[in-house]
Order: sequence, then C-alpha cells, then structure tokens
Amino acid sequence: MAAKRKRRVLPGFGLSLGFAATYLGLVVLLPLVALIVKAAEATPSEFFAAAFSERALASYRVSFGASLAAAAFNALFGPLLAWVLARYRFPGREAIDALVDLPFALPTAVAGITLTALLASTGLVGAQLAKLGVEVAYTKLGIAVALAFIGLPFVVRTVQPVLADLDKEWEEAAATLGAGRWRTFRSVLLPALWPAIATGFAMAFARGIGEYGSVVFISGNMPYETEIAPLLIVTQLEQYDYVGATAIAVVMLSASFTLLLAMNALQRRLGAAKAQEVHA
Amino acid sequence: MSAADWSVLRPKRSPHSLATSEPSGVRAALIAFAVAFAVLLLVLPLATVFVSAFASGIGAFFEALSEPDALAAVKLTLWIAAISVPLNAVFGVAAAWAIARFEFRGKALLVTAIDLPLAVSPVVSGLIYVLCFGAQGVLGPWLMEHGIRIIFAVPGIVLATTFVTFPYVARELIPLLEEQGDEEEQAAISLGASGWQMFRRITLPNMSLGLLYGIVLLNARAMGEFGAVSVVSGHIRGETNTIPLHVEVLYNEYQGQAAFAVASLLAALAVVTLVAKRLLENRLARASRNAPENS
Repeated sequence: MAAKRKRRVLPGFGLSLGFAATYLGLVVLLPLVALIVKAAEATPSEFFAAAFSERALASYRVSFGASLAAAAFNALFGPLLAWVLARYRFPGREAIDALVDLPFALPTAVAGITLTALLASTGLVGAQLAKLGVEVAYTKLGIAVALAFIGLPFVVRTVQPVLADLDKEWEEAAATLGAGRWRTFRSVLLPALWPAIATGFAMAFARGIGEYGSVVFISGNMPYETEIAPLLIVTQLEQYDYVGATAIAVVMLSASFTLLLAMNALQRRLGAAKAQEVHA
Repeated sequence: MSAADWSVLRPKRSPHSLATSEPSGVRAALIAFAVAFAVLLLVLPLATVFVSAFASGIGAFFEALSEPDALAAVKLTLWIAAISVPLNAVFGVAAAWAIARFEFRGKALLVTAIDLPLAVSPVVSGLIYVLCFGAQGVLGPWLMEHGIRIIFAVPGIVLATTFVTFPYVARELIPLLEEQGDEEEQAAISLGASGWQMFRRITLPNMSLGLLYGIVLLNARAMGEFGAVSVVSGHIRGETNTIPLHVEVLYNEYQGQAAFAVASLLAALAVVTLVAKRLLENRLARASRNAPENS
C-alpha cells in the first residue's frame, strides 16, 4: 500500500489514463460494439445460416487449412533459419537477418502481386515448377505460399532471442555427460525452444487466417475452391449482404480472440521458463 | 561478452569447442540451406518488384509515377500517415505512461485491449467501421442527416488505418518504460520540477529511441495498409485510392509494369524501414547495456 501511494507522486496519471482510455474506446471499442449490435440485429437462424453456409464453411476450410500448412512450414524451417542466424557467423548474415522482417515491412498488396508474378506459369519460378507439373498460382498451394511468406518472421523472431539467450553451459554439460550434438539438440535445446516455436506457430497461424492483401492476387478466388474467408466478407459486403458479412466476421473474430488468449497463455509460460532459468 | 565472441578465443580444434558446435560439414550445409531459403523467399521477391518496375525502361517508370491518379494516391497516403501516425504516437506515450508508471484496477484489461487490433483481420477492421458509420451502419442514419460522410471517403480511411496501426507505439514503449524505472522522474519531481518539465527533460529523452522505433513501424504499416483501407475506401480513382489501392487497380487492369512501378515506392519504403529498424535496434541495445545497473 505504501509503495502504491509513493508511486502516485508522479504526475499525469489521470490525464494519461483518461486520454488513453477515451481514445481506445472511440477508435477500437466503439466499432467493435457496432459489429456486435449489427450481429444481434439478425435473428439467430439468419445468423447461423449466413455464418455456416456451404460457401462460408468452404472458405473457413481454405483459410484455416492454408494457414495451418503455412504455419507448420514456418515452424519447421523458421527455427532452422533462427539457429543459423543466432549461432553462426558468415558473410551476408547481417543482411539476411535484417531481411527476415521484410514480410512485416512490405505492404501486403506488394507481396501479393510480386509472389503472383513470380509463381504464375509465365513467372521466373512458376515456369520451372510448371515443367515439373506443379501449379502454384491460383491454387490452394499458392495461398499457402503467400501465407508462408507472411508468417516467416513470427517464428524466426520468437525463436531467435531464446536461442541467443540460451546459456551454452547447458550444452557443455550435456556434452560432458557424453551426449552427441543430435542428442543434445533433442534433449536439451528442443525442450527449451518449443514454447517459442509454439508461440511463433500460433502467431503465424493467427495472422494467416485473417490475411487478405498478399493472398487475393495469388489465390484465384474461386468460391468453394480458393476463396478465403476474408475475401468472402468483402464479396458479401460488395453485394450489400451485411448479415452475411457480419456473421462471417463474428466467426473469424471469435477464432482470432481464442488464439490471442492461447498465445498469451503460451507467452506467460515462456516468461515463466525464462524466470526459472534466471533463478537456477 | 556473448558465447560467440568466446568461441573465437578458443583453439579451433579443441574437443571442448567441438562438443558444443556441429561438425563443419553440418554447419556449412545448414548455412547453405538458410542462405538459399532466404534468397528464394525474401531476396527474390524484393528484387522482382524493382526489376518489374523498370521492365519497360526508365521512361515508363516515371510515366507511371507522374500520372495524375498515381500522384493523387501518393498525396492521399501521405495525408493519411500524417494524421494516423501522430495520433497513435500520442496515444502510445499516454498509454505507456499510465501503464508503466501506475498501478490501477483494470490494467491487465487495458493492456489486452491495446493488442486487440493485432488479432483482427484487416478486412474485419474495415468492416467494423462500415457497420458503425456506413449508410446501413449503427450511426449511419444520424450521420446522413447531418451530411457527414465517413465511409467511402477520407475520414473512413484515416479511421481504418488508425485502427490497424493502433498498438505499435504503445507496445514498444510499455516494456521500455518498465525497464527504465521511475527513479529519475521521482527525483525530478522531488526537486520541484513541474510535470511538463519532467516529461520534456527526462521522460521524452529517455524514451526517444523507443518512440522513434515504434513510429517507424507504425508509419510503414500506415502507408502500406491494404485490406482495411480497401473495405472502407470505395475505390474512387484519384479521390479515395491510396498507393496500395492504386497498385491493385493498375494490376487488375493488366498494367503490370505500372503497377510494379508504383509498388516499388512501397518496396523502397519497406527497405528504408528495415534499415532504420536495424539501426535503431542496435542503438537501443547499446543504450540498455550502458544504462546504470539499478534494476
């Protein structure tokens, strides 16, 4: 209690909190409430018919399936890239390290048209793949590639700092006890890394299901086939089907918030693991 | 000193260093794989933007950029950023001050609420403003009566952009202020400084690197946002098209080279952002290392 009173010596509490809360309310909460009000205006049967129509269900399958595939790809190769960047020194390392954030910094529409140009059957990479009989642009695979690009930094940037902070003593101890490098990796490094990998995976997945700009150009946008849920929202909005758009948005929001909570729980676990290490 | 620095000091072939590093063959293979992976997934797309932008020569490049609709899009994007960036920066500073310096009920809730926009799909971010301010929206009839247009107009684009970039500065500043502690500010106040003096002479200089870092990321996202803006803009050429929307229009009209020419502006912004981000990260790391050990 005494500590609390002492803290209030600093000025500006009312002003800063008042401004922050008002601004948050106006910019973020007010429109979110509008979504709920609009969703409540529809009757439950209308709402469920729109939220779980055949076409909507197909779009969820495309969005969630491609996001899952892309996040899994990143969970596999992201840690590898993070390992090389954190542990080895080689020419070009700095440049690659900085470029890992490119998918964050490059506007999604630019990523979308660029990946499409590269992967279309006339493109630099697409032409080579076409010879092998692999079609990427305008297929589900194309959607997954775009999402893999978008999601890469999430996994690398959560795993890399954990790797850098990891005390080498653990690995030395394992080696002293007779473990080979592979055994050390499996029994010492992987258990320390998995919360970070899981967090990165969840972040990449969450970003993937909502992603729009990088996907719409490469996906072909065929209903039931390559139509992602965010695109279906846009389509219904353009046809003035507000109930349909709102219902799908509510489903997407619920999925995102569930994931956000899961990630927060994971991150607490990550924090707890770190704190334990400090005390050890 | 980090583990990597120490390894240089060790004799290369000692069993000690071999035990905690991979055989050189494995190491070389991993590096080669990582480099190939990065080139294919990151370097190639970035290079493609610039190569495609100049595919029909420098003349065509500048022609695409000097076309009236392109200029209008650039102007609009700069305006949007000029409004959204300062708004969210001020919010970030205020929120960080309240959260990092005071204990109050509902703090955890506030922190979660700040992160909300990051979890929302860009398309949904746009949609919620349409449902709030659009003709069919909750406040639509009232706005219509008073002749105020938000959706399919510039205010809607500003709002949607502000929403998607909402947490950027706050997220950088909250941990930074928490890490720095409040001793210096306490001292300033007890020595008789006013709140404004304390803010200007201590808080602001101490947070300036983190603030700048947040603004760099915020600005990149504000200028490049596509999904949310696309839902609220109405795509009126020369009026409500931002740079990313103009890129889409050109691309869908099969003007590939022009689309990439305009897109190269955004790619250049991304490169500048990455460089600035890296420089600021290095300076932030140095600043936190040099800070007196009082935590």
